[in-house]
Amino acid sequence: MILQFGILMAFLAAGELVVSLTGIPIPSSIIGMILLTAALHFKVIKLRHVEMLANFMVHNLGFFFVPAGVGLINCLGLISDQWLPIVGASVGSTIIIMAVTGRVHQWVRHAMSRRNSVRETSTN
Amino acid sequence: MNLITNRYFLIALTFALYIGATRLQKRTGLRLLNPILIAMGGMIVFLSIFHIDYEVYQAGGEYIDFWLKPAVVALGVPLYKQLSTIKKQLIPLLVAELAGCVAGIISVVALAKLFNASNEVILSLAPKAVTTPIAMEISAAVGGIPPLTAAVVVCTGLFGGIAGFRILKLSRVDSPIAGGLSMGTAAHAIGTSTAMERSDRYGAFSSLGLTLNGLLTALLTPLVLELIGITV
Repeated sequence: MILQFGILMAFLAAGELVVSLTGIPIPSSIIGMILLTAALHFKVIKLRHVEMLANFMVHNLGFFFVPAGVGLINCLGLISDQWLPIVGASVGSTIIIMAVTGRVHQWVRHAMSRRNSVRETSTN
Repeated sequence: MNLITNRYFLIALTFALYIGATRLQKRTGLRLLNPILIAMGGMIVFLSIFHIDYEVYQAGGEYIDFWLKPAVVALGVPLYKQLSTIKKQLIPLLVAELAGCVAGIISVVALAKLFNASNEVILSLAPKAVTTPIAMEISAAVGGIPPLTAAVVVCTGLFGGIAGFRILKLSRVDSPIAGGLSMGTAAHAIGTSTAMERSDRYGAFSSLGLTLNGLLTALLTPLVLELIGITV
């Protein structure tokens, strides 16, 4: 288990390194995630070297950001001042994302399957 | 020594609220009993009632915060496991994700501007569709307020989970792949848990949507914000 912690930390540290060298505004954790995926894919590390800890963390992801979320207590004023833009924009945008993602996916698949072959219709 | 300002006590209470809500939600099936929402809300109420400063709570909380970043790195494992699915449908998935991601960032920024939100609020809202640890990181990176982002993300997820299938029906998205993908893209983990209840296929593509959109939003938010001219 200590090895698994070490590996995750090493990838995070690599992400931090990339961010500090390049200054890109992408979270170091995301870069670490991409590096981990690549390392697994190119068999630099084996799945069993990280799987147990990663599964534990992914399944309990929610818990880790509760304390940070409690920080909301310091911006309750901001929310009560601007609740309408916050709620309006979130609800509106959520509807738009769902419609756009779903429709575009259906449309592209449809277009591709029609072009590829006539006999192989959508398998949905 | 006052027990209610003791950091170990406050963290134990956080665990208790989270675990309690998880169990209650399992038993009742009520989505509003979302453990993140209950633990966050419960601690805010507790701290407010007893006039405890957030800084006092964070004396313990920061040790949980510390694990946020490693937990996001760990998402590389499910992403790796889905690589073969992604490869098989690379083009439709990527095009749909790109469209959904960019439409999401632009629409939330445009709507927030329309409603006269302040710049820091707009920046906090930009990554609201993706799972909280990623969203908070993006929010911090672009100059938003991470706790505000966290709250909005949870509420967005709840809305997507509750209204998602109705929205999909109204927008005539009927394939499980497209529908699952949309749920995960717009409503991250909470949407995915709803999709999981409908079928495994919905669930698998929803978790794919959540991962891909998390990744794309992290990569594209700074760019899109710069293109439409919103900075701190």
